[in-house]
Amino acid sequence: MHIVVCLKQVPDSAQIRVHPVTNTIMRQGVPTIINPYDLFALEEALRLRDRLGGEVTVLTMGPPMAEDALRKALTFGADRAVLLTDRSFAGSDTLATSYALSMALAKIGEVFGPTPIVFTGKQTIDGDTAQVGPGIAKRLGLNQLTYVARICDLDPAAGTISVERRAEGGVQVLETRMPVLITMLEGTNEMRRGSLDDAYRAARSQIVKWSAADAGITELAKCGLKGSPTIVKKVFAPQARAEKVQQIPTSDLSTDALAASVMAAIFQKQPALEGDLLRFAAGQ
Amino acid sequence: MIEERFDAIVVGAGPSGNAAAYTMAKEGLKVLQLERGEYPGSKNVQGAILYADALEKIIPDFREDAPLERHVIEQRLWTMDNGSHVGMHYRSDDFNEERPNRYTIIRAQFDRWFSGKVREAGAVLLCETTVTELLRDTAGRVIGVRTDRGGGTAFADIVILGEGVNGLVGQRAGLRPELKPDTVALAVKEMHFLPRETIEARFNLKGNEGVVIEAMGTITDGMTGTGFLYTNQESISIGIGCIVSDFTESNRTPYGLLEAFKRHPSVQPLLEGSECKEYVAHLIPEGGYNAMPQLYGDGWIVVGDAGQFVNAVHREGSNLAMTTGRIAAETVVWLKRRREELSKGNLAEYQRRLEETFVMKDMKKYRKIPDFLHHNKHFFNLYPKLLSGAAQTWFRVDGVDKRTKEKQIFQSFRAGRKLTGLIGDAFKLARSWR
Repeated sequence: MHIVVCLKQVPDSAQIRVHPVTNTIMRQGVPTIINPYDLFALEEALRLRDRLGGEVTVLTMGPPMAEDALRKALTFGADRAVLLTDRSFAGSDTLATSYALSMALAKIGEVFGPTPIVFTGKQTIDGDTAQVGPGIAKRLGLNQLTYVARICDLDPAAGTISVERRAEGGVQVLETRMPVLITMLEGTNEMRRGSLDDAYRAARSQIVKWSAADAGITELAKCGLKGSPTIVKKVFAPQARAEKVQQIPTSDLSTDALAASVMAAIFQKQPALEGDLLRFAAGQ
Repeated sequence: MIEERFDAIVVGAGPSGNAAAYTMAKEGLKVLQLERGEYPGSKNVQGAILYADALEKIIPDFREDAPLERHVIEQRLWTMDNGSHVGMHYRSDDFNEERPNRYTIIRAQFDRWFSGKVREAGAVLLCETTVTELLRDTAGRVIGVRTDRGGGTAFADIVILGEGVNGLVGQRAGLRPELKPDTVALAVKEMHFLPRETIEARFNLKGNEGVVIEAMGTITDGMTGTGFLYTNQESISIGIGCIVSDFTESNRTPYGLLEAFKRHPSVQPLLEGSECKEYVAHLIPEGGYNAMPQLYGDGWIVVGDAGQFVNAVHREGSNLAMTTGRIAAETVVWLKRRREELSKGNLAEYQRRLEETFVMKDMKKYRKIPDFLHHNKHFFNLYPKLLSGAAQTWFRVDGVDKRTKEKQIFQSFRAGRKLTGLIGDAFKLARSWR
């Protein structure tokens, strides 16, 4: 089975600083990493490959330096890496990105064989939109399974897959037909180390580099800034909130009395809460 | 196991490992380099000064694209007491030459650049890969390494160990003893960010000129050690280090010393308004020639800090690392060209070649210094105080006549140390220096 994992090289958000004067993000010198959510997708793909055989191709769109992220993915054990890089992609929003990636995915299917499963992380840590995965699915007509916590079953002969999807208020077990696009949740698995042979192969691998034309993209108006209706109007650092500490004086130190005085203070600030709690307790 | 067999495996991607891997790869050898850090430089710590000469002999045109901070045009040597310093400054426009002699660098950036050159030359580098063990054949010859990546192994004709000061691979393999606390210094360093213009105004610099301050005295609280302050383009590296056994005895902490050093009235104004962005610590092998281990054997060679190649008196280390790495590599290339075995007997050529360079000559020249300084702590405590006191007496104009002042200075020295002690110290220092 040929599986493609879309991943993104992102600035390590733990090390990003905001310029104190201009309020802009200081990207210079910030180390880059593979978007952490994508690693869960990659590990899940590697596990499927190890179980069922086949190949894992990793795909990214980005500047030439994104090659580092792909090489790292190869070190973890991916079989092939494709870098989609072209000046005309600069400034892409999620609409333009999903267009370019879907074209590249179609091309990957042509060149390296059909791909019943495409993985992405649930979102990136720099954009946080969670739109690109579903965007790709829509453009390629793939069934989509988002926020997936676990793959329960996969029947290659029947072409079906069932997964656990974490939804608000519970877990859904969904089954669908492949080809499918899956966006993986965090914490679902742990990225493997990669063997010495994987590391050696990764260091020597040629990374497939495609321009827009190589990927069969002819409508450049759908790419990059031109193809991006999203406008970033302003970037700002949120002000730290001034949290207030309230001291609740009490003379009676019994547990009940302490609890009662704490609750009294809370109800004073949020009068509606008391009624809600009472109704909840009454089972309504 | 990696199926392919290599001409050489280099352990470590610091200055010595990179110099060795580059030199061999450029000569067409098949080189595998293993580094435990996430990228070369991620775990490498130094002041840091780059000595151009050693690198020029490996990459002559390094100035074209290496990430260099400032070239050093002024050297300040300070002896400090608690509130003052007596300094010797040497500044020369000659250092603004076309090919400057010394540069300040930031190792995380510099090592990455150097590693890029190594890979361009054809060596294969694997990061986040720790060598856990040397592999030997039945005759005891080193034939390869085992790594922590699932116990994966790789084999080569020679293993070059550039694994740094606390080289556990060589220690575990019994190639050298564990570090002794009195032969190794622990240094801590902070990077303080300041705008370029502020640094240039504060240190009287223009363009990429830089200043280096090396300091000794009461800042180490009687321990054998020194402090330093280097100017980078938009930051200042400041640090202090002492022999580990001294820390144990004194109960002082490295960061405590650094905090006091930063608050010293001679230093504090230089750092005013800066923002500390990085804090690192590192061991420095300062045992000198007498602490050097066996440098080669059947199928292995030691280079850089792992071989104790540091000149503590002159604060040189990375240049010795690069030079030993280069010469080890040249020896291997030479033996391979002659189709000679990489045996202990043949690799003695490595040490023979080192003896001809400044590396071994300097190591030998200062062989007695570590021991001397370790047993003569008054050089770090008493003398700096006396020197500062003398300077104060001499420069303060207070109605006391100069002959009386001379007497006062002389008496202060005699009160601090008996005449025989003074003469003995001068004699012992001269003898150790020789």
